Amino acid sequence: MNTSISLLKSLTSDHIAVKIAASSWEEAVEGAGMVMVNTGLTQQSYIKAMKDAIKSLGPYCVIAPGIAMPHARPEDGVIQTGFSLITLEQPVKFGSKANDPVDIVIGFAAINKQNHITALKEIATHFGDYRFIQDIRAARTKKDLLIILDSKREEI
Amino acid sequence: MKIATVCGMGFGTSMMLKLFIEDIFKAEGITGHQVIPWDLGSIKGQQVDLIVAPTDMESHLKGSETKVIYIKNLVDKEEITEKVIGAIKELESL
Repeated sequence: MNTSISLLKSLTSDHIAVKIAASSWEEAVEGAGMVMVNTGLTQQSYIKAMKDAIKSLGPYCVIAPGIAMPHARPEDGVIQTGFSLITLEQPVKFGSKANDPVDIVIGFAAINKQNHITALKEIATHFGDYRFIQDIRAARTKKDLLIILDSKREEI
Repeated sequence: MKIATVCGMGFGTSMMLKLFIEDIFKAEGITGHQVIPWDLGSIKGQQVDLIVAPTDMESHLKGSETKVIYIKNLVDKEEITEKVIGAIKELESL
């Protein structure tokens, strides 16, 4: 199967969480990871794999100021390709020279190396839109965040 | 020119960079370059002309014989455009 999954379309109510309390980068990754476990995208083991990847490869998953995109490999416990998006109550440091501190975490699970391509394009396109990011940051409730995502979904 | 985008696993950040660079080439009408995403483990020993990697990966790529450019903000079109096109021009003038 080579169907490519849209990030924006897949970020429904169950896949997002707002103003999560995290006091370390590990807790931030766990927050995004738990959403993926709860929605059946990954096994519990995937959360540890994401943290291990950051420990061994570095914090380059902090792709832009304040935004982290942690992930692990398909064989690390992915059930199906999908995403989570959480915002943090307080920003945390990942150790990124370029982009710390982080308050938006996009969790991603890819079942293979192809069907997340559309989503990566969406991240490259929309997460560079400063206004969109500021709106995501400012969302105080899940409902607020859904409205912001819905308005973006209408554009695509 | 053969350009490698690099990250730890070869299908996340490096893939995003590859897609971004290809879009930039398309928009700028630049042709003749091949962009390949690679993981850190397989990049060593590969013959490429230019490596593009996230700034936070710098320590892993120290000592590279190939020219490496580092991107701070991986969703910033301006930064990527400026650095990648700048490096290509520099390499082409050698």
